[in-house]
Amino acid sequence: MENLKSVIGEHPFMQGLDEHTLDTLVGCASNVRYNAGDYLARMGQPAEHFFIIRHGHVSLEINAGPRGIIGVHTVEAGDVLGWSWLIEPYKWHFDARAVELTRVIALNGECLRKKCEQDHDLGYALMKRVAQLMEQRLTATRMQLLDMYGTHV
Amino acid sequence: MAALTDPMLPRPFRIEKVTHETADTFTFELSQQQADGDGRFDFACGQFNMLYTFGTGEIPVSISGDPAKPQRLVHTIRAVGSVTRAMKKLKKGDTLGVRGPFGSAWPVQQAEGNDVIIIAGGIGLAPLRPAICSILQNREKYGHVALLYGARTPQDILFEKELREWRGRFDMQVMITVDHAVGTWKGNIGVVPDLIKRVKIDPDNTIAMVCGPEIMMRFCVIELHNRGMEHDTIFVSMERNMKCGIGLCGHCQYGPEFICKDGPVFPFSKIRTLFDIYEL
Ligand SMILES: Cc1cc2nc3c(=O)[nH]c(=O)nc-3n(C[C@H](O)[C@H](O)[C@H](O)COP(=O)(O)OP(=O)(O)OC[C@H]3O[C@@H](n4cnc5c(N)ncnc54)[C@H](O)[C@@H]3O)c2cc1C
Ligand code: FES
Repeated sequence: MENLKSVIGEHPFMQGLDEHTLDTLVGCASNVRYNAGDYLARMGQPAEHFFIIRHGHVSLEINAGPRGIIGVHTVEAGDVLGWSWLIEPYKWHFDARAVELTRVIALNGECLRKKCEQDHDLGYALMKRVAQLMEQRLTATRMQLLDMYGTHV
Repeated sequence: MAALTDPMLPRPFRIEKVTHETADTFTFELSQQQADGDGRFDFACGQFNMLYTFGTGEIPVSISGDPAKPQRLVHTIRAVGSVTRAMKKLKKGDTLGVRGPFGSAWPVQQAEGNDVIIIAGGIGLAPLRPAICSILQNREKYGHVALLYGARTPQDILFEKELREWRGRFDMQVMITVDHAVGTWKGNIGVVPDLIKRVKIDPDNTIAMVCGPEIMMRFCVIELHNRGMEHDTIFVSMERNMKCGIGLCGHCQYGPEFICKDGPVFPFSKIRTLFDIYEL
């Protein structure tokens, strides 16, 4: 447990959270490993977890039908994965596949939501961090949509 | 030698080798047809030439070769329009007109004693390649060296063999990302400014060199600035339409600056208004 707490506390996403909050988060956390090719999330399935990547590399993919599976983003050690656990209807919008052996701390979404409802300070702290993550992803997605390297200036 | 000839007069160069880098990008290795000396083509990293194809026109193209190998003039070109598409059809033995070298250089000497972060997007790796070669040849003069490179898809990655070599070195951090990938790509997917957060930056002792589409450079500058770097330590290479290439016609003028003569490489502090970034 102490180990989990220190890993969570040292993660950039969690920086600034106090001891009490970290203790609360540890109550929802477990260590999980995924082998290359395993899925952490499947599009349309319940978003039961929020992942802190400790080691490895995860590809976020969308099945684009005849165009095949398109990778749109990757996360790796130091990143976090997923905000669908926080937003109704709590379903994944993409597949997340481990590209190599990947170790994560999985935080149970339902457990987190309950704790956020009970402790709004915790809820606000997490919401602020998730909002920042969303802003970063939105900016990156806009850049991808602009097709920067296309034949136009 | 370049300095002795009329800068408006193209000199004929022979295509010695054509390498197809990707579906739309190719590299020419050229030699002087009427070498009036030892045939060397000396240049500073980041400079460009005006390349002329007979019957189609003349365009600015950065030199992408290793400055330590001046016997061959190297250009890497992406076919986007009439002149570049015509160039793509040229073969070994054909002739190109060359004027240059023109313009300013990457601050490779100024960066000595500092960490260096090189950020390239798409064809922007070509103008940075001479600087990378030069820094690696004098590796002991620099601190941490990082190369961040972004391409559209894995199929659009330039200089793949060299990137592998650079990545294999123990004294250089190389990170590559693509905007999208289909199939077996195991590397990073995402935009190149997002890679910056994965590099350790000591803002007071780092020089950044950035080349790529303007939108990419804009976001990279914002990220580097957020990490504490000042605008005069971030260098970017600007592209504008050019005619004379030597500061005479005004075609590439922006305010007091001529991109051809004062640039194409500028410290960001000097041309930030060109980027139209009011919030910085
Ligand atoms: C200093 C400098 C250095 C350069 N170095 C290189 C280099 O090393 N390699 C290289 O391939 N190019 C380089 N360029 C860009 C190159 O000059 C242009 O791609 C070229 O002028 C296009 O001419 P064109 O007749 O083929 O295309 P045009 O007929 O002029 O344009 C056709 C289409 O292509 C688009 N287009 C034009 N230029 C670009 C561009 N740069 N990127 C994306 N789309 C474009 C236009 O918007 C238009 O839609 C450099 C430009 C400058 C100013
Ligand atoms: S191209 Fe003529 S002044 Fe720059």
